[in-house]
Amino acid sequence: MKKILLGNEAIVKGALVSGVSFVSGYPGCPSAEIGDEFGKIAEKNGVYAEWSTNEKVALEAAIGASFSGLKSLVNMKSFGINVCSDSLLPLAYTGTKAPMVIVVADDPSCWSSAQTEQNSRAYAYLSHIPMLEPADPQECYDFTKLGFEISEKFNTPVILRTTTRVNHQKMIVDFEEPHSAKATRGDFVKNPKQFCTMPPRVLEMKAELLEKTEKISAFAEKSSVLNKVSGRRTSPQLGIITSGVAHLHTLEALDEMQLSAPVLKLGLFYPLTEKKIAKFIKGLKKVLIVEELDGYLEKEIKAIAKEANPKLQIFGKDLLPVIGELDTGKIELALSKITGKKFTLSKESASIAKAPRRYPKLCQGCPHLYTIAALKRIAPNAVFGGDIGCYMIAGYPPHNTQDYEFAMGAGLGISHGVSKATGQKVISLMGDGTFFHAGIPALINTVYNKSSPILIVLDNRITAMTGHQNNPGMGKNLMGKDAEELQIADIAKACGVKNVKVLDPSNIKELDATIKEFLEKDEVSVIVCKLICALLARRQQAAKE
Amino acid sequence: MLIKGVGGQGIVTLVAIIAESAFLNGYDVKSSELHGLSQREGSVQAHIKFGKKVYSPLVYKGQADLVIGQELLEGLRSVELAGSQTKFLINMFNSPFIGSMKEQEILDELNKLPKDKLNLVKASEICKDKLGNQVLSSVYLLGYAISRKLMPLKKESVLQAIKNVIPEKYREMNIKALELGYGQ
Ligand SMILES: Cc1ncc(C[n+]2csc(CCOP(=O)(O)OP(=O)(O)O)c2C)c(N)n1
Repeated sequence: MKKILLGNEAIVKGALVSGVSFVSGYPGCPSAEIGDEFGKIAEKNGVYAEWSTNEKVALEAAIGASFSGLKSLVNMKSFGINVCSDSLLPLAYTGTKAPMVIVVADDPSCWSSAQTEQNSRAYAYLSHIPMLEPADPQECYDFTKLGFEISEKFNTPVILRTTTRVNHQKMIVDFEEPHSAKATRGDFVKNPKQFCTMPPRVLEMKAELLEKTEKISAFAEKSSVLNKVSGRRTSPQLGIITSGVAHLHTLEALDEMQLSAPVLKLGLFYPLTEKKIAKFIKGLKKVLIVEELDGYLEKEIKAIAKEANPKLQIFGKDLLPVIGELDTGKIELALSKITGKKFTLSKESASIAKAPRRYPKLCQGCPHLYTIAALKRIAPNAVFGGDIGCYMIAGYPPHNTQDYEFAMGAGLGISHGVSKATGQKVISLMGDGTFFHAGIPALINTVYNKSSPILIVLDNRITAMTGHQNNPGMGKNLMGKDAEELQIADIAKACGVKNVKVLDPSNIKELDATIKEFLEKDEVSVIVCKLICALLARRQQAAKE
Repeated sequence: MLIKGVGGQGIVTLVAIIAESAFLNGYDVKSSELHGLSQREGSVQAHIKFGKKVYSPLVYKGQADLVIGQELLEGLRSVELAGSQTKFLINMFNSPFIGSMKEQEILDELNKLPKDKLNLVKASEICKDKLGNQVLSSVYLLGYAISRKLMPLKKESVLQAIKNVIPEKYREMNIKALELGYGQ
């Protein structure tokens, strides 16, 4: 059947026709719609789906399912792979029992990411896990299926590495609608030889892993879908090697410039099919490598060319940016430099003033606004620790109440360090979602190692920033089932925090008085500002009407 | 074509309708949209391309045939990305912020564009007055765009696309908004 699908929807369809029965993940842009969609359709498709507490736990859940014989899909954004990497690396050693595909969505240009412009392809080298890179929604569908097949054939997890322009791309996709299935129950059969990575087995396992990688490489050399060549060889003997969405920009650039050149599109980033690449570059005079962010392929291809074609002129990051996503224009410019063919951008000639920058704002009625205003009012000289969530808008004008901001849960960890190092008053902000994700170990550290920041948990009753996903504080899980409603204040107390207060931040008097009171303490204190996200409240109201 | 605006203006829905309609017209189609921070009233930008064969989902600098600016300042911002062939359809809706330009200043700048390329429409205001809902301004603009042939899509296919992608509950009001824009 043919329908317009978003990349993320195509991944869901691909997983369903592959017979996935266990889905875990953690929300983030641009991958969140995968989990959101499973939340809606899991039950009728006989699938179990959850938002786990964080990406590490999500991966571990899927490992348990795989070891018990269930096909699994894990979904996360770029930074999620950092969080789960500690369990990802041993998973490469043990391999899977039932197939597993791990979706990791990068965000070149940081359209919806703070933190860093991460290139998660590096994890393929670190873990030796095969990595597929789809370019469009059709490939999202095809490669998800292929990922499950490779995983099944070689008992290895497979990473599907996407980017924003793939996850959030729409096109007409040819796919099969899966028939609804009954839930399957797994069966854990003991096999410590496979499932435990301990010496002396661990080094044998490494040897087995490297052998497996060779086999996957040999398999990929023969595949006609993973890495494919299009286009014709022409006189200047220029070839192009590309991957991911950059492949589409490349084809458009060639079309617009009326150039014809052979294009090798690498769908499998790791392990690289060296023979196929060697064959492709033989006889070429010049090759342009079109890849987003760091030039990993370029480095590999330079090494391959040393033997295969030492005279080959290799262009890549000398002509294309390492920062930001690529587009057709950037590639046309690079091609024009190589071929001498003219390229000019069309431009509107009216000279018009530049529009001032628009910063994201907290929504009208946002509960975070009360707390951010109170910080300025009550403790203008305090050090402000920020964290990841809607409240990082505190760092933009006109608020400017954020002195550092790193990664989920990192704010409080750093605040502990600042507090210990200086004795200055530190107020750290953290959302409810972030608290459950990675905040608790940092909180325990402030108690255990005696520092005195104030942690303000902005409990807006939802993980808002990534599109309103349920979290452990809400009493509902991804599949809409009732769950235990974890109380942040109780957790803080159980961590040994003595000064804990839960309040409604719209009660400004109480908020101000509490901050004042806790500023005097020489030990850590926690204020839970509990008030529902204004957008969510409006939506719930609209749904009722 | 580029669609620019701020979060909460129904841009994702607009892209879905245009893409579906292009599909029904027999075109190849690709689009790219951004989610995320846009919910927080940041700038939102969507790209959509249709034609015989579409490779890349992104419109690059200078390439757009049409820019739909759902908001005045975002409309102005898009001029930077426009080429000499680009037409503009801009909603006279202002989402101001501290440090922005005054509405009149924005209009003065926009009016420097050649007259035959600039279409300024009070879509939000009209939708609010006549339909009681500003979010419909997106679909209103679409109606306007197809009646003025700013976009080569047939009205019937757009109506069918609305039926295909909009949940039944909201269908009727979207069709009304389309008709209103079309008849303008
Ligand atoms: C490791 C990691 N996973 C996921 C994300 C994506 N992400 C950005 S903000 C956020 C959660 C914010 O939720 P919360 O702390 O409740 O704050 P709110 O947005 O509701 O104010 C997430 C999951 C991330 N940045 N890093």
